[in-house]
Amino acid sequence: MTTARYILMFAAAVCLVCAVMVSGSAVALRDLQAANAERERQRNVLFAAGLANPDEELSEADMAERFAAVRAVVVDLETGEELPDVDPATVDPLVEAGITDSSRAAPDNLARIRRVERRSVVYLVEADGALDAVVLPVRGQGLWSVLYGYLALEADLDTVRGLTFYEHKETPGLGGEVDNPNWKALWPGRRVFGSAGEPIIEVARAAAGSVAEDPHRVDGLAGATMTSRGVTNLLRFWLAENGFGPFLERLGADAGD
Amino acid sequence: MASETRRVLMDPLIHNNPIALQVLGICSALAVTTGMQTSVVMSVAVVAVIALSNLSVSLLRNMIPTNIRIIVQLTIIASLVIVTDQILKAYVYEISKQLSVFVGLIITNCIIMGRAEAFAMQNPPLKSLIDGIGNGMGYAAILLVVGASREVLGAGTFWGIPVLPLASEGGWFTPNGLMSLSPGAFFVIGFLIWILRTFRPEQNEAE
Repeated sequence: MTTARYILMFAAAVCLVCAVMVSGSAVALRDLQAANAERERQRNVLFAAGLANPDEELSEADMAERFAAVRAVVVDLETGEELPDVDPATVDPLVEAGITDSSRAAPDNLARIRRVERRSVVYLVEADGALDAVVLPVRGQGLWSVLYGYLALEADLDTVRGLTFYEHKETPGLGGEVDNPNWKALWPGRRVFGSAGEPIIEVARAAAGSVAEDPHRVDGLAGATMTSRGVTNLLRFWLAENGFGPFLERLGADAGD
Repeated sequence: MASETRRVLMDPLIHNNPIALQVLGICSALAVTTGMQTSVVMSVAVVAVIALSNLSVSLLRNMIPTNIRIIVQLTIIASLVIVTDQILKAYVYEISKQLSVFVGLIITNCIIMGRAEAFAMQNPPLKSLIDGIGNGMGYAAILLVVGASREVLGAGTFWGIPVLPLASEGGWFTPNGLMSLSPGAFFVIGFLIWILRTFRPEQNEAE
């Protein structure tokens, strides 16, 4: 019974059935999963901006209510100008970064970003008509994966309000500790730019001091040197001229008027 | 037959528990038992996978060529785990994020492959299904006890609801940080095995 021919046929049949089962479930559940991922992304905009606490359950209504203070804006990354005629809902910067026409090649960088989208979506938090905070999407290579997250800056466009990652595949317990609330709590109050206006924020090799002693550095993640470096590199990339540098400069100049 | 079915279902709970007696599947038992919610979801996932894998392997047992039986079992188990993972990501997204890689690692959980190879390959489908559920429940029982102890002692909460007033919030209870970390699970499982073997001395290995 167990001829080579039978064994091959049997193996092929098992593989076929299993493949249909796996791909069937993946296709059937894709929409639900995409909706979950989108919701998670939006929640993280709120976390970064300090408008929600990761511990609380947010209903659809809560999310909508808190998003009322947030204005999504499409920005031209090269000029830093807002594109008021473009509906932010129609722009997916991550998709555009992958298409030649809507992106440009990034110069060699430590965050290992190859192409940068021409336009991106940032979130402006407004209070009483004035800018309260700005939330920037950031991404860059860690150890195993690209980390995707949001950096929120206060209205001075220098002080961190929050940093959070909504997607990564770093090692649980080591690099995965970028999700640790205690580590995230070290970020608010740190200052990203040095005296010459260049981004010098850094995840340190070891422990860093308090906000007052060590305004530009945050504790490193134990056992996760590569992820820590990745966070440093991605923040510096997105805060510099190839990322949101021109936009922050323009926003700061507008506020100064 | 009824008593036989009962034995197949109930034995793995205490008498022949896969974690406490056979010491299998420890890796995920240490990693996901920081709280009740993750323990329950992980338990349900493992019970589902082990029951279905036992059933499918048993249905195919007379057709699977002996020389490729292990890889066939693994293919079935891996497919079931991927489907489970997809379902968790679609319906309990938050918890699936906390379980992270450990749902995927059910594939390498020795209990599942052990039952497929040791039981389902020799027994009829219904009996194998019941054996799968029994062993899944045995795994779940330990997970739930460990999850409950670790959440109460490590965070002062049960199912996310505060049960012990925390010292940091004016109560008397200081959480034991060790319990929130994986080594804490080692201690709890060690204690469980100790208790079990005190009352069931026949479970002790021969000197």
